[in-house]
Amino acid sequence: MFSLKQAARWAVAGMAGYALLAAGAAVAATPNTKTSTADHSKFSQLKGPFPDGPSVTRACLDCHNDAASQIHKTKHWTWDVVNPATGRNLGKKNIINNFCGTIQSNEPRCTSCHIGYGWKDGNFDFASKENVDCVVCHDTTNTYRKFPVSAGHPLYKPTEWPKGSGRIIPPPDLAKIAQGVGKTTRNTCGVCHFNGGGANAVKHGDLDQSLINPPKFLDVHMSPDRLDFSCSSCHGGDAHAIQGSRYSTIAKDMSGIDVVGRTDGSRATCESCHGTTPHKDTANPKLNDHTDVLACPTCHVPEFARGGTATKMWWDWSTAGRLNEKGKPLTVHDEKTGYELYSGMKGDFKWGEFVQPEYRWYNGTVKYTLLGDEVTGDQVVKINTFEGGPDDPDARIWPFKVMRGKQPYDKGNKTLALVHTFGNDDSAYWGNYDWPKAIAAGMKSAGKDFSGEYGFVQTEMAWPITHMVAPKEDAVACVACHSADSRLKGVPGLYIPGLSRFWGGWLDMLFWLAALGSLAGVLGHGALRYYMSKKEG
Amino acid sequence: MVERIYIFKRFERFWHWTQAALIITMLITGFEIHGSYHWLGFETAQETHTTAAWLLIGLWVFAIFWHFTTGEWKQYIPTTDKLVAMAKYYLTGIFSHAEHPFRQTQLRKHNPLQRLAYLFVKLMINPLIWISGLLYLYYPSWDAWGLSSLGLTLGIVAFFHLVAAFLMLIFFIVHVYFATTGHTPMAHIKAMITGYEEVE
Repeated sequence: MFSLKQAARWAVAGMAGYALLAAGAAVAATPNTKTSTADHSKFSQLKGPFPDGPSVTRACLDCHNDAASQIHKTKHWTWDVVNPATGRNLGKKNIINNFCGTIQSNEPRCTSCHIGYGWKDGNFDFASKENVDCVVCHDTTNTYRKFPVSAGHPLYKPTEWPKGSGRIIPPPDLAKIAQGVGKTTRNTCGVCHFNGGGANAVKHGDLDQSLINPPKFLDVHMSPDRLDFSCSSCHGGDAHAIQGSRYSTIAKDMSGIDVVGRTDGSRATCESCHGTTPHKDTANPKLNDHTDVLACPTCHVPEFARGGTATKMWWDWSTAGRLNEKGKPLTVHDEKTGYELYSGMKGDFKWGEFVQPEYRWYNGTVKYTLLGDEVTGDQVVKINTFEGGPDDPDARIWPFKVMRGKQPYDKGNKTLALVHTFGNDDSAYWGNYDWPKAIAAGMKSAGKDFSGEYGFVQTEMAWPITHMVAPKEDAVACVACHSADSRLKGVPGLYIPGLSRFWGGWLDMLFWLAALGSLAGVLGHGALRYYMSKKEG
Repeated sequence: MVERIYIFKRFERFWHWTQAALIITMLITGFEIHGSYHWLGFETAQETHTTAAWLLIGLWVFAIFWHFTTGEWKQYIPTTDKLVAMAKYYLTGIFSHAEHPFRQTQLRKHNPLQRLAYLFVKLMINPLIWISGLLYLYYPSWDAWGLSSLGLTLGIVAFFHLVAAFLMLIFFIVHVYFATTGHTPMAHIKAMITGYEEVE
């Protein structure tokens, strides 16, 4: 059988080669400026040269004088989101994940994905306008890159990276970038969102660099062979506030197709374009009967990490710290795939490609285990819990990537630990490999004490899967759920034809025995008739 | 002396065999939907099951109309006359070529055991299948019909649909066997095709 997986491999191999050739042409042909009433290359303010990022921003703000204050209100800037369900503060600034852990005390590294410049510690000025980074989102040249360890700044002079590698990275040409600004693209959003967790494909599972130029089988919406959507085609929004959120999701959008002027105009749900009865009249009419219980991606994203790069599925910090004889962290790579299986800096990893999601009820409300929430260490900590169940009218069954691993916690204070991993000092874990010191420094950055006693606790964190929407012929087949080894096995509150049994299967057993008994009875009766008639001649 | 009498009229025979084909189809596809085996594929089974269901419903509408306009419904009125004798015949007499206790006529096509069996099918199994099946099919409309608030769940509907299906399967097995108990094994079956029973 020609599998989805094989198709993916071929397509990605082909696309990769093609992409390299076409990259230059595609970028040059980006039609952003064609629909704009302004040609940014002709503005005197953008002539440059620009010594740094903030000076570019000042030039932008000359005309777009409200842009920075708009950005200031968004979670791209604050990394601080109030959970509408609980009132607690979420966002990157506050949550502890089971990848790299936390922002606090590690700012210069983590904020290389912040929409600003200079968030290097807890004293960042969130009211600064010039520290908004306009071009990271609006660059159309695809040459602008924030440097990984410069707190959101790009390079301003040629720099060797990684250190000691002999590879010199040139600084981006800020004037050229500023003159070419335009709408956001899959490239610009992807610079951060495809590389979350430190590298391509690591974090989300359904977002990686393969979506920059995806073939049709990978994503019907974003593929240039189909609709060629940019991220903002769905994630629209006014005044720089982007729609669509994992912190407060519309898990069941019953408002149907969103019409400008009549509805809220939001386009981030599938239903806002496809409506609540999305399958055509010519399709199996039963398909539309599923929308009360199933979220669209549950069927339409059959697997994630389909773009040719594996996503991280397991990260065990407890094994970190093994160093070689030179005192450098050990690394082990998978011989076949090249994926890192062990890093002395980070611990053990497991990776997954073409991963079948896990399925859970979700009503749009999510709760997090935050710093200070009790963690006893003897059970798996759910870093986030998606609420909802079969009796909740706002809930549907969603697909999730579930990231699992082990991470440090403060045994004495019974809380997940903040770890100071990154920094050129005597406590950062990457450099000293001393957990108590690193945890103490991490906790201190949030004003918390460390009890001195630490351990590792198993955690899991769920990520809703919504991207990598496959063509309809690759959608999850009926039998994948309607069978004994159903994908939805274990999801509570459902009767699923093909899977569900009454009285633990005893009803079937009873009736099959009755049917067999009837058959045996009539066959016996017939045999006796035959025998008697022979006997009588 | 063998006499040929016309028992099963043309519509009746058409109804019988079409219904047989549809019920066999629905049993096969239904138990695949239930997950008892994998053969046609779930979606094919489901689509075939639904199509066959509508055809069968259409056929039943005609059959019910026919039964009432022709008065044939009276063939199913239960009777105790010769009931015990029939049971005895199937348990013992049939093996020794004893005389059949029941004599078929146009007005009494079915022996008293048949009457009971068919009445059970018509009044119990069929309505159970109809009602549970239609509810199954129109599951998304339950809210609008106010059924969800009454506590109706897919599990309840599926339970009754499944029980009715098993009862139909058992009826089918026994019925097919009894079709061979004429004076020759094929006698009744021929009669259901030609309409004529050979009566001694």
